[in-house]
Amino acid sequence: MKRPESTIESMLISLSPPAPVMSPVHRGEATHCPYCALQCGMNVSGGTGGTIAITPRHDIPANAGALCQKGWTAGELLTSGARLTTPLARASRTSPLEPVSWDDALDRVAAAVRGIQAEHGRDAVAVFGGGGLTNEKAYQLGKFARVALGTSHIDYNGRFCMSSAAAASNRAFGMDRGLPFPITDVAAAGAVMMVGGNVAETMPPFLRHLRNTLIVIDPRDTRTARQATLHLRVTPGTDLALALALLHIAITEGQADLDYIAARTTGFEAVRESVASWWPERAERVTGVPVARMREAVHLLAGAGTAMILTGRGAEQHAKGVDTVTAFINLALALGLPGRPGSGYGCVTGQGNGQGGREHGQKADQLPGYRSIGDPAARAHVAGVWGIDPGELPGPGRSAYELLDTLGTAEGARALLVFGSNPVVSAPRASHVGERLAALDLLVVSDFVLSETAAMADVVLPTTQWAEEHGTMTNLEGRVLLRRQAVAPPSGVRSDLAILSGLAGRLGHDEGFSADPGVVFDELRRASAGGVADYSGITYERIAAETGVFWPAPSEDHPGTPRPFLDRFPTPDGRARFVPVDHRPAAEDIDGDYPYYLTTGRVLAHYQSGAQTRRIPALNEAAPEPYVELHPDLAERLEVAPGDMVTVSSRRGSAEAVARVTRAIRRDTVFMPFHWEGANRLTNPALDPVSRMPEFKVCAVRVERRAPVLMAGERDGAAARAGRGRGA
Amino acid sequence: MRLVVIGNGMAGTRLAGEVRARDKSVQVTVFGAETRGPYNRVLLSNVLAGTASPEQVRLPAQAEGVTARLGVTVTAIDRESRTVLTAGGGREPYDVLVLATGSEPVVPPIPGATRAIAFRTMDDCDRILGAAATATGAVVIGGGLLGVEAARGLAGRGMPVTLLHLAGHLMDRQLDAEAGLVLGEALAGLGVTVRTGVSVSAIHAHGVELATGETRASELVVLACGVRPLAGLARDADLEVAQGIVVDDRMRTADPAIYAIGECAQHDGTVYGLVAPAWEQAAVVADLITGADPTARYRGSRLVTRLKAKSVELAAMGETHLTEDASGAVEVVSFSHRARGIYRKLVIRNDRLVGAILVGESPTVGTLTQLYDRGGPLPGDPAGLLFPGLDGAALADSPVRMPDSARVCECNNVTKGRIRACWEAGARDTAAVVAATRATTGCGTCRNAVEGLIGWLREQEEVRA
Repeated sequence: MKRPESTIESMLISLSPPAPVMSPVHRGEATHCPYCALQCGMNVSGGTGGTIAITPRHDIPANAGALCQKGWTAGELLTSGARLTTPLARASRTSPLEPVSWDDALDRVAAAVRGIQAEHGRDAVAVFGGGGLTNEKAYQLGKFARVALGTSHIDYNGRFCMSSAAAASNRAFGMDRGLPFPITDVAAAGAVMMVGGNVAETMPPFLRHLRNTLIVIDPRDTRTARQATLHLRVTPGTDLALALALLHIAITEGQADLDYIAARTTGFEAVRESVASWWPERAERVTGVPVARMREAVHLLAGAGTAMILTGRGAEQHAKGVDTVTAFINLALALGLPGRPGSGYGCVTGQGNGQGGREHGQKADQLPGYRSIGDPAARAHVAGVWGIDPGELPGPGRSAYELLDTLGTAEGARALLVFGSNPVVSAPRASHVGERLAALDLLVVSDFVLSETAAMADVVLPTTQWAEEHGTMTNLEGRVLLRRQAVAPPSGVRSDLAILSGLAGRLGHDEGFSADPGVVFDELRRASAGGVADYSGITYERIAAETGVFWPAPSEDHPGTPRPFLDRFPTPDGRARFVPVDHRPAAEDIDGDYPYYLTTGRVLAHYQSGAQTRRIPALNEAAPEPYVELHPDLAERLEVAPGDMVTVSSRRGSAEAVARVTRAIRRDTVFMPFHWEGANRLTNPALDPVSRMPEFKVCAVRVERRAPVLMAGERDGAAARAGRGRGA
Repeated sequence: MRLVVIGNGMAGTRLAGEVRARDKSVQVTVFGAETRGPYNRVLLSNVLAGTASPEQVRLPAQAEGVTARLGVTVTAIDRESRTVLTAGGGREPYDVLVLATGSEPVVPPIPGATRAIAFRTMDDCDRILGAAATATGAVVIGGGLLGVEAARGLAGRGMPVTLLHLAGHLMDRQLDAEAGLVLGEALAGLGVTVRTGVSVSAIHAHGVELATGETRASELVVLACGVRPLAGLARDADLEVAQGIVVDDRMRTADPAIYAIGECAQHDGTVYGLVAPAWEQAAVVADLITGADPTARYRGSRLVTRLKAKSVELAAMGETHLTEDASGAVEVVSFSHRARGIYRKLVIRNDRLVGAILVGESPTVGTLTQLYDRGGPLPGDPAGLLFPGLDGAALADSPVRMPDSARVCECNNVTKGRIRACWEAGARDTAAVVAATRATTGCGTCRNAVEGLIGWLREQEEVRA
């Protein structure tokens, strides 16, 4: 069913006060940026006239005084006129969203949830969370789903982000902590190999930590690649073959650290035999990376005193993302890096709380403390904290894409509650996801702006945001940080915790769902105690005094664990595990009908689906519109000039974007940023068999110059442009 | 289903693994004449050169559920009863039989040829290395891919090596004369004496005699005179054998229960001597016999030859011998710089790359291989494919040439124009410009550019003053 959209814009204007009234709670509160996993430290103070002043903090090693434009302008989010300040609801599916009271909104949600569950069972209601939510919210959301709703169906957008690296790290090390070392170790490393990560755009201050030899593996000549000592320009979807060949070279050229392998790992023999089939000349043909460059990369990495291999989404967002990361971990293990001071493997987490968000139970198969929902001991422990019988805890639910894909179908949920996510823009095959959301009986979205997903909702719940509430965030290092409240929220909004508390009460759970983040964090500490991600020794006071605490911290007198792998790996035998993997082609390769690869990614000025950053004028000015990067040779063949509108189509949909012609992209590949609706209409929801990660980073497309729609008076100019290239 | 595979080399091993990966219910028996477990034959020259050890080229032992019968020679195929017979008198029934018997070295009919060691298996490799331990020099007969790799490998072990080749230039199947010359010069620089256009008349105990009567003293003589498909079993079973065992697009012989893959098979008139086609064929056969993809067909392979020899970069692919003709259908683009050991040649037909030779360091080898493999369209001007340096856009390297709209600080979207405006508004040093624009406060890589710009603005002002 199609929702009416025409009234949204006009309504927003009438709903939002010209500028929400901001009254600073404290001046210059030390807190953290609302965006990426670097979680740059910043001081936030309410300035004059309702504006917010932001200055970088120097005491947080991640940014140490630096900020990118997103951080500097983050205050505008708080004062944005696009802010939602009252709950909205529709009288019927065809009616427009209209303001309602909080009681009315929550009553409606609770009544609809009860009705749907009574008729279709508890799993008919699903929850979708986000990697930007604080630890407290992520924890409470998981508890709310399992206890108040009693549904097994909760997953979150981090499935689209960190799941492949997480699964590979767990498989190899028995623990998934993004960087198992402080970020300052990166700066000291003699060489860093960055696989499919473009930190210059995604988290600019990270580049300050890449000081020595840098090897970048990326199909694009990104700004990060331009800083590199060596750039391996790999064919999209072939990082795995490259990793296998790099390991082959390391082994045959005697770079493997046999003493380390013997002392600290298991499974090397099987991996060595498996990479005997990946001699570099074979991989060259698959990856397009010259053998000589592969050798150089191995020599740079092995020759540095300390070295790191870091992966980003470029390596991970594939239907073989787990195996790709595993192959790079195997390389790191063969070179003796993990668990050595100053060396190691790490993944560069993306979302603000992408680390903490994957630890405390908003994942379909997981309970707080990074516990498995299938583990009887874990179930007993968490059920004990929650005061329920372990038998009442649901089992594992569907992964994010599978959850969205089945909405409104016979086997799927009929109601969805979304917190901190905008899947209409960010999910793969997004048009289809939009159709599934439209087929729901009930869609509830909690957000602070009217995102594309919120605009489809039956009930929209306006929430507080980063600097308006307390909470903890765990950054890419696994350092638990305190994001302090710096300003008072506008009247009319409630925190996600308060919303969950209100809903839980209406669903018969008056106890156990506090709206106070401090109370929730204390419960999280107990629930995580004894788990892999043990937060039990971490308090708000400690975080403030120590500028962050590294988990695991099993007791208040435990110093935290900056480098968890130094002495042993948290596997049963204390050793890291080599796991043999093999290359396989992309789920969808290019062919005559769809002859180019599409790869997607980020631009500096925007974050995720752009729901926040597209509403900030300075960021919109820096990156105003979706675009597609084409190589000059491809542009010439398609007769596309810079600035032309082109249509990019895949088997799943099409999108229009402005052409940018650049040699930074390969001849066989086009690139689109995904911060706007469009790019994800094209992407492929083929899933990794282990992590259930969709294949965002490679699919087959065709590209055409869009026939210009001519306005009167433009015809001559357009005709002249259309003629260009053809006669020449 | 009972699948019997004859041959435990790279094709047979691969097939067994591919079949088991698709269908665990297939009972697979693999017969191998060599008693060793599977190893990567492609890398034998590396073992010869000492750049890889024998265990480093070992392939995973047969997949779980595969019975490997090593050292057991199959002597006959009884097509009537669908059974293979072994040297020990054993019988193994099959539902599907795959011949992956590979090939054997060609030994030229010259006196004393048995004194030479053919270079084909790991055992050969052991023998050559055993002899090399005491030999003061080596002669390699045959300047094809394997001969060149063997000569380079032995020279790398510090012994003088002579490479003898019958044709006018090295690797004449893959290379044109110019490329062969450049390759020969590269080898000469590494201690290999190359003699082309020579034939050997006899191999003596202490050397090789050429047709000219000249002799080359050497205790170690290695033969690399090509290979011939091992098709005797098929021939004896009345299956069609031309150069190799003749198969269709299913890799099947005229007997629907018998397939052939790898170096023993002949598809569409071609016997492939490389591993990539053998593996593609194995995947097709696995798809067909397990029913995973009944439509799977083998349509031939594009051949890319990549020399594996330390300090010698060489890639050759496709129709390297085509020349420009009067019709203009074929275009040849080439570049030669013999003093640097560089030769690059592209053969283009209908805007597609149909052949290429790259000798010496070539940063575009990956790009060209993929263009050839995929038949992708070429740019109007192919120069960028030979010289990637030409591909880079000219950078605005000085503040003067930089337009006002050029972004200096990406992280905070600060243009040259804004920095200039700041300066004109009174910001006289980096700190003041940074405070006003936030330039340099993100990733920090633009710091030099910002400082350079401010220095230039200062100079400009001094000039005006």
